[in-house]
Amino acid sequence: MDFGFTTAAYVVAAVLFILSLGGLSGQESAKRAVWYGIAGMALAVFATLIGPGAGLWLLSLILIAAGGIIGWYVANKVEMTEMPQLVAAMHSLVGLAAVFVGFNAHFVMHHVAGLHGGEELGTFAALVAHKSPVELNILKVELFLGIFIGAVTFTGSVIAYGKLAGKVSSAAKKLPGGHMLNAGAAALSLICLIWYFNTGGLFPVILMTLAALFIGYHLIMGIGGADMPVVVSMLNSYSGWAAAAIGFSLSNDLLIVVGALVGSSGAILSYIMCKAMNRSFISVILGGFGGTAGPAMEVEGEQVAIDADGVANALNEADSVIIVPGYGMAVAQAQGAVSELTNKLRAKGKNVRFAIHPVAGRLPGHMNVLLAEAKVPYDIVMEMDEINDDFPDTDVVIVIGSNDIVNPAAQEDPNSPIAGMPVLEVWKAKQVFVSKRGQGTGYSGIENPLFYKENTRMFYGDAKASMNALLPKID
Amino acid sequence: MKFGVPKEVFEGEARVALTPESAKQLQKLGYDCAIETGAGALAGFSDKDYEEAGVEIVKTAPALWKECDIVAKVRQPNETEMKRLKKGQTLISFFNPGGNEAGMEAAKAKGANVIAMEMVPRISRAQKMDALSSMANIAGYRAVIEAGNNFGRFFTGQITAAGKVPPAKVLVVGAGVAGLAAIGTSTSLGAVTYAFDVRPEVAEQVESMGAEFVYLDFEEEQQDGAATGGYASVSSPEFREAQLAKFRELAPEMDIVITTALIPNREAPELWTKDMVEAMKPGSVIVDLAAEKGGNCKLTVKDEKIVTDNGVTIIGYTDFPSRMATQASTLYATNIRHMMTDLTPEKDGQINHNMEDDVIRGATVTYEGEITFPPPPPKVAAIAAKPKEKVKEKTPEEKRAEEVAAFKAQTKQQVTLIAVGAVLLLGVGLVAPASFMQHFIVFVLSVFIGFQVIWNVSHALHTPLMAVTNAISSIIILGALLQIGSGNWLVILLAALSVFMAGINIFGGFLVTRRMLAMFQKS
Repeated sequence: MDFGFTTAAYVVAAVLFILSLGGLSGQESAKRAVWYGIAGMALAVFATLIGPGAGLWLLSLILIAAGGIIGWYVANKVEMTEMPQLVAAMHSLVGLAAVFVGFNAHFVMHHVAGLHGGEELGTFAALVAHKSPVELNILKVELFLGIFIGAVTFTGSVIAYGKLAGKVSSAAKKLPGGHMLNAGAAALSLICLIWYFNTGGLFPVILMTLAALFIGYHLIMGIGGADMPVVVSMLNSYSGWAAAAIGFSLSNDLLIVVGALVGSSGAILSYIMCKAMNRSFISVILGGFGGTAGPAMEVEGEQVAIDADGVANALNEADSVIIVPGYGMAVAQAQGAVSELTNKLRAKGKNVRFAIHPVAGRLPGHMNVLLAEAKVPYDIVMEMDEINDDFPDTDVVIVIGSNDIVNPAAQEDPNSPIAGMPVLEVWKAKQVFVSKRGQGTGYSGIENPLFYKENTRMFYGDAKASMNALLPKID
Repeated sequence: MKFGVPKEVFEGEARVALTPESAKQLQKLGYDCAIETGAGALAGFSDKDYEEAGVEIVKTAPALWKECDIVAKVRQPNETEMKRLKKGQTLISFFNPGGNEAGMEAAKAKGANVIAMEMVPRISRAQKMDALSSMANIAGYRAVIEAGNNFGRFFTGQITAAGKVPPAKVLVVGAGVAGLAAIGTSTSLGAVTYAFDVRPEVAEQVESMGAEFVYLDFEEEQQDGAATGGYASVSSPEFREAQLAKFRELAPEMDIVITTALIPNREAPELWTKDMVEAMKPGSVIVDLAAEKGGNCKLTVKDEKIVTDNGVTIIGYTDFPSRMATQASTLYATNIRHMMTDLTPEKDGQINHNMEDDVIRGATVTYEGEITFPPPPPKVAAIAAKPKEKVKEKTPEEKRAEEVAAFKAQTKQQVTLIAVGAVLLLGVGLVAPASFMQHFIVFVLSVFIGFQVIWNVSHALHTPLMAVTNAISSIIILGALLQIGSGNWLVILLAALSVFMAGINIFGGFLVTRRMLAMFQKS
């Protein structure tokens, strides 16, 4: 087979990938869209295997199959609450693969430079051999970038995985020196680039890789648990850019196209998440909440507790109910109980809906997936902008394990660290019940005046136990 | 300590400040209760009832005043009663401190502590002891009942075999506590009820009671009712004119008019003029709840019922609460009891007159030989919520202009972006070789397509989106596949590892996405 066929296959694969992303605009079309993606990937791999330059195709097939079995096993076993960890783990694989491929490109280039000839080193080598000095320099920059981004993605994702899986403390931690260390490592990488540019040796690449690995580790260590949606989508974006950079160095257009698609997708997700938290991307990445502009508003009143009977009575009398889930629901695995409660209330003809804040949970869209798993129909699961105006007409709001996303201080207190962040205006409803493990502030440590409002009652206890206690009382 | 209630000495006053029920509650607070014989008779509570509730019956008023540490009354005490006050004694009563200079001096001279029930601040916490509101509530109810008593027709409209009866039309002027009670009573009797108040923010309350709020065609910045402690304030002459014109228009239609407009410490404003009375139909009734302060209608005669030449009845009674003595006594005694609860935080039968407490401080007019009236403004203000700033309806031209401006800004932004992008591209093109530029164009276009496509992805599907982008970013496998054929063992090893890892990712990513998407079910 010649280049023509491979290129044609790549074009088709690229179109299929674009369709597969575009199809995610709706729940139904998405089910079809996955198949586009699978077909595109199969086509691309197939075309590459039979195309020029690929050798050892039997070994390749075996390796793909072996990886596939592991992937299949993990995909079927994973709990929906563990999705954030899984996604982070997968990003780390892409990052590492990008580093390896980048190194390989370097080795090949080195060989070609040493041999000055058409030894049998594969097509890539042949390609490299035909390059002019300027092109070679560009190639160096490209693979250098590919390795750098790949390495940052790799350690960053590993740490993100650790934090999401609870294997690393989710609190923001920094080594002494803080961002100066990151800046130092970045400067070191830049020096290595110049060095590499002039010598083409292996040592600067390895040094840069180590620096990049450190940046990935230290950067993500400094970011706290609730900012994870941004981190994960940012790493998603990086894995794309790494692929694109590698694509440049290998002169492979499909890699470039897909890398650019994934990169921009991750960038948009990060942007949406940051906007939902009213924080700039930089401030999230640099970690921690910024200093407050002044003393926080005094919170007046007291938290009033209520038991399951009280909540059940209110639910029995209510006509419209909105449930606001947060990370606490995922932690308590309460989505099944919530779904049952929803079914019972809906069977009585009540209007039950869910309000999802863009940054609820630890992954963009995390709550939607959890609710879908618990068989909550997706047409009653609303986005913040769709449902925020409906709160004043709502009888009962149940807040399950969320805190900052329903904090009225964001609108009322200009000195609050989260001032200006868009929040779900639950306090405008007639009655609000907050299911929470105990008193105390959430991840951000910001006092939530909602808990002290006159129409708010605190329903203390584990979210799953609380919901299960409610179930028999709804009649 | 001993808590005592004398018989009211004011002519015709039937209320009493202690009921058997409230006596039991006071005993729980640790007080001994005493009452003058026959004090509750007119309110329907016999001495026997009191005795059964554990209240001591005292034969004469002087003995009671002498024995008790705390004396509670309804009406402002007269001179004789003031003389009976003694040092350290606490008196709880209506006291009219604004117009009772002499009484305050007398209490000061005696060294008695006087709590004036009308001075209880109007804050949420003090509502349970707000005797003015509970009395006004009764007055409002009774006003409608008195009007009905003097009105020759049904309130509610009926179609009977004997003919059609139109519903009565009732106008309530002033929607304070009394006004709202009157509106509630009137609507539940079935009359068509209209209500007016100078504070437009009460329109919502009026409508919630089932009456129609009468709006004026008048543009003026209304003073916020919350600024004056929830009471109405004096309005401008222009506003008054507009108001009177509206009333003149309504007068011929109305069967019953109940006026409740009072401004604190002022004569009642004249709202229902002589010509309006003349315009009303014969048989109509006016109840003037402001009669004590001169009346909202100048024809009103205080404490009397008169009939005008054109057959309109005007009722000027000022003793509506006393006319419902049982109900009024029950509510008033409960208000007093709540006041005592606040005065006895330890529940040990000892008064703790805490002058730091907003409510107690506000109501106290003399304390330990000092006149403490008027009180400082309470720390906690605000009764009504601030009226919402009205969002101005935009004219079509303004909207159009805004759209044009937004469009222009957008165009400007896009053009700038494109220009900057183009310059950058050109810059790159100047130095980079052609082979690089080919790939670069592909890259830029892909980013562009990516942005266009991803914006349309629904928020609910962000997790599947991440999983699927994850799977397809394993396209890096192509690079590894191209390198695996190399002769170098290190290259082969690294490439093989990459292929393996990408394999995990491809299968894992796509399968988990499929699994997730299959879960999304429509109801």
